[in-house]
Amino acid sequence: MAATETLRVVENHARTYRRVWRGSIISTFLNPILYLAAMGVSLGVLVDQGSGRQALDGFDYLTFLAPGLLAASAMQTGAGDAAWPVMAGIKWRRTYEAVLATPVAVRDLVTGHLLWVTIRLLMMTTIFSFVMVLFGATGVAEAVRAIIPAIVTGLAFGASVTAFSATTRDHTGLTSLFRFGIMPMFLFSGTFFPVTQLPGWMQPIAYATPLWHGVELTRARALSFDPMLPTWLHFSYLGLWIVVGSLLAARQLRKRMVI
Amino acid sequence: MDGSPLVEARGLTKRFGEFTAVDAVDFEVRRGEAFGFLGPNGAGKSSTMRMIGAVSPINGGDLSVFGMDPESEGATIRARIGVVPQQDNLDEEIPVDENLLIYGRYFGFSRAALWPRIEELLAFAELTERRHDKVESLSGGMKRRLTIARALINQPELLLLDEPTTGLDPQARHLLWDRLYRLKQQGVTLIITTHFMDEAEQLCDRLVVMDKGKIAAEGSPRGLIDQYSTKEVLEVRFPDEAKADIAERLEGLAKRVEILPDRVLLYTDDGDATSHEVWTRGLEPESVLARRSSLEDVFLRLTGRSLID
Ligand SMILES: Nc1ncnc2c1ncn2[C@@H]1O[C@H](COP(=O)(O)OP(=O)(O)OP(=O)(O)O)[C@@H](O)[C@H]1O
Ligand SMILES: [Mg+2]
Repeated sequence: MAATETLRVVENHARTYRRVWRGSIISTFLNPILYLAAMGVSLGVLVDQGSGRQALDGFDYLTFLAPGLLAASAMQTGAGDAAWPVMAGIKWRRTYEAVLATPVAVRDLVTGHLLWVTIRLLMMTTIFSFVMVLFGATGVAEAVRAIIPAIVTGLAFGASVTAFSATTRDHTGLTSLFRFGIMPMFLFSGTFFPVTQLPGWMQPIAYATPLWHGVELTRARALSFDPMLPTWLHFSYLGLWIVVGSLLAARQLRKRMVI
Repeated sequence: MDGSPLVEARGLTKRFGEFTAVDAVDFEVRRGEAFGFLGPNGAGKSSTMRMIGAVSPINGGDLSVFGMDPESEGATIRARIGVVPQQDNLDEEIPVDENLLIYGRYFGFSRAALWPRIEELLAFAELTERRHDKVESLSGGMKRRLTIARALINQPELLLLDEPTTGLDPQARHLLWDRLYRLKQQGVTLIITTHFMDEAEQLCDRLVVMDKGKIAAEGSPRGLIDQYSTKEVLEVRFPDEAKADIAERLEGLAKRVEILPDRVLLYTDDGDATSHEVWTRGLEPESVLARRSSLEDVFLRLTGRSLID
């Protein structure tokens, strides 16, 4: 019963997406191309000539960077799709109000939304992996192995940011989240350099961020080394963000919409 | 069909924090009738509608819709009703016809079943020509018509219309009244909120006058007028300098006198005779207008306030 309602929510997301897919796909390609060209290739040459290789466990910079950037981009997609579109549904366009006047319930709406975010993450990470291979950052097998941990990373943000969007009153909350949460994580959670390079007091903070776990896991899976913690622990930590985030998202959205 | 009411409320209450928006109201809506909530801003009309629509939990009393409890059987109730919210909530970024398609899919209809229905509804809303346009490019009135069309996509037994004609031009309003009348003849039950008297008088078999969360009176439009007002009303305007002692000077002229900031209303069964008397008393008004009593007068009588201004 509720499963069919959830699927209809997904279907209608897809139907709406059909109208913008061209632009969306182009930027999904462009994003890794620009980053890998600028950071991976150009900056990478300098890193590889310097003392970089030892710090990066013998990987060249492009290879080190690519899977980390994949996880970090998944974070951005997950968080982005859970921020403005959710606020629009609640408040700016009030489309959630319209949906909830049909047999669809809040739980179906949230589950459908997160399933859709998962589909978007699958598209995005697949394209990213393809670009990784094109750049010669990794082989095909490595790139494919990186997809699942990256999706899990993105979903940890998709779920928790949905809960945040359902709680915060307006767009200033979202802007702050990205400015003081997502952006610093992007820069300091191991995407561009190992967390061990950070000042000592910052390291525990970095280790607590879901992005670090995502980056570590994605990189380790892709490049076949043992992550810092056992693989299952990294997955569990991200899983916790997904589960708690989803439950909170449903709870907060119910509080907001069912009044 | 059995004679049990389609919607039944006993002591129905809605609170927002400390504030009581709907204060223990009782009403019944019977199958096939057009039922109205008439009241000024903040009366609690939309809050009541949202409870009936099974999207807003009740905070007291009992409510049943189709004999079901909105709390436990919300989805089943929502599948059988159509909702026109006070504020349009269309998906502005997608075309007109896809708005209808997407909405229909939420009710679980197949695309094959939906497309012919969408054709009909586009014609109904006179939006066939605009079907491929994005909603954001429509005028306010067109959006309203689309919202109403969308509410009909699931062929509802009960249609909830929260101020359906706000933003429509007079022609579109009359067209909509006609369409609603036709729906009613097909057996659809209508619940309408409005602060337009003529709308309530035209559309509603029965209505309740709501004010500050309470029901002030209930009846048919004609019945309410007979009960709370006189046959006719004389609207008289006086120049400013004559306003001071106007109350005493009008005494005994009519069954009831209502002094508003801009005019005086004299409730009488014979407007012409009263008008004649006003002149006989040498009152020299700026203008005199005799008209039939309306729900506006009922409202004024019941709440001491004017509904529109
Ligand atoms: N979500 C809410 N939170 C707090 N107060 C609310 C909420 N919704 C409505 N109210 C209050 O409840 C009262 C009744 O509101 P409601 O929208 O039901 O009135 P209405 O009769 O529909 O008025 P209008 O003609 O302006 O649409 C108002 O005082 C309003 O401020
Ligand atoms: Mg209202």
